Amino acid sequence: MQIHDHPQLKAEARNLNFYYGEAKALKNINMPIYDKKVTALIGPSGCGKSTYLRSFNRMHDLYPGNRYEGEIRFFPDNTNLLSPDVDPIEVRMRVGMVFQKPNPFPKSIYENVAYGLRVRGENNRRVLDDKVEQALRGAAIWDEVKDRLQDLASNLSGGQQQRLCIARALATDPELLLFDEPTSALDPIATGAIEELVHELKKRVTILIVTHNMQQAARVSDYTAYMFLGEMIEFGKTDEIFIKPQDKRTEDYITGRMG
Amino acid sequence: MSANNASDLPKVSDRLAYNAMRNWKERLIEALLLGAAAVSVMTTLGIVYVLVSESIQFFSNVSIVDFLTDTQWTPLFDDAHFGIMVLISGTLVSSLVALLVAIPMGTIIAIYLSEFANAKVREIAKPILELLGGIPTIVFGYFALLVVTPILQYIFPSLPGFSLLSAGLVMGIMIVPYIASLSEDAMRAVPMSMREGAYAMGSTKLYTAIHVVVPAAVSGLAASYILAISRAVGETMILAVAAGMQPNLTWNPMEPAATITSYIVQVALGDLPHGSIGYQTIFAAGLTLLLITLIFNILGQWLRAKYRETY
Repeated sequence: MQIHDHPQLKAEARNLNFYYGEAKALKNINMPIYDKKVTALIGPSGCGKSTYLRSFNRMHDLYPGNRYEGEIRFFPDNTNLLSPDVDPIEVRMRVGMVFQKPNPFPKSIYENVAYGLRVRGENNRRVLDDKVEQALRGAAIWDEVKDRLQDLASNLSGGQQQRLCIARALATDPELLLFDEPTSALDPIATGAIEELVHELKKRVTILIVTHNMQQAARVSDYTAYMFLGEMIEFGKTDEIFIKPQDKRTEDYITGRMG
Repeated sequence: MSANNASDLPKVSDRLAYNAMRNWKERLIEALLLGAAAVSVMTTLGIVYVLVSESIQFFSNVSIVDFLTDTQWTPLFDDAHFGIMVLISGTLVSSLVALLVAIPMGTIIAIYLSEFANAKVREIAKPILELLGGIPTIVFGYFALLVVTPILQYIFPSLPGFSLLSAGLVMGIMIVPYIASLSEDAMRAVPMSMREGAYAMGSTKLYTAIHVVVPAAVSGLAASYILAISRAVGETMILAVAAGMQPNLTWNPMEPAATITSYIVQVALGDLPHGSIGYQTIFAAGLTLLLITLIFNILGQWLRAKYRETY
């Protein structure tokens, strides 16, 4: 790991291990997440990249038998997100997530975006209206839905639904936004729109994105981490990883000899 | 380039050759399945035929206007009146009481089992709950008459020995398992990804259950409520035992009253001459009951179609 300049840290995994029951899914991961940068996680299926991503908002707490070891430090307050003393709900208030398959709620477009604000107790109509509009603009979908905010979200196309889910996550101003293969269910045009959006969003929010698509990682990310069998093999600037990877395994994966 | 001529075709292997035996078996199975399906359809049609044909006889003696507007139901008296509203009122009041108990209780149980209970609790609680649905209704009827009515009389001293309230409450308890079980199935069918989306926004379990899971399962919930209404409207023994059987046009659950079903039991157990007007009232009342359930079922279908959620 040769990082010459050091942007500010937003989060850092320290000796992170994760277990699904007895099975060890993450092995001693150490990795920085830089503030207002896009970090891509790549690797073959089952390598633990989604497991790693889902540790950042404590999604694993929803299922019994899962166990974390080690720390994920969150800055600027240097909180350990994985500490048993930290309420996972508080973590999720600060860390947003966009899923592989668009999962809008069975509500109107407006209420989908307002959801997180309502969860946080915001019921003032003016505030909600403002924030919903801002979030929809931020997710580059405002022009398409501004005249039909009361329509059911399920009536939107797949790509629109995914941007709506991004708007939903943006509405609450998260500090870190997790993307779990956000374009794997979308066509190339919708994918392009999301990638452009990710590029735009990094001005305001730190992004961690899991992707199966290496071109996508190369296009959208500033930093890339290659994971294999639960281990972090290599982390570095995206240009460096893709042009001259240090590790043979990374090179094999990137050049398509494996994965 | 015509391949129609069989001799042009390459010879097929034995494995791919037309298998007459398999074809015959398929047909046999198809005929059996069709037969099984036909039995239930024919039964339904037969019931409708009998109800309608006997009711036509009835309505040639009694005008439909009288049937719907008369305020007395005394078909066996010398001064006979045939006001079905008397029986409908009893049916609707007792059903309403039952649903006021069953819908909230059943839904809450379903939310608990689907969203809060761990796997172990669910595995024990659900079969026990479903067992409650297997208790014969006559047992519920005597439970209402001998246990619930005295308790209610302790609270409301003016309550008579037979009442729609007592029967309705117990009927509600009887229906709870149906609603709980079907609603739980509907909520469990909501994909986990939707719950994850809600949790990822920082919502609590309760908030997720009420604001995401229940709306997503609403068509299934509606279906369970419709089934519950049909059960309540058609329930017989509890009402026959605990609600008294005197026809009484009332909207007050504290009074005894006959329902359509309990009237049919009462009259069918007596010795009415075949073809008499009293005999025909059974079919007219039965047809009314069928129409009420049909209306609720259509309403339910319509609701399901309207709010069907595609994940």
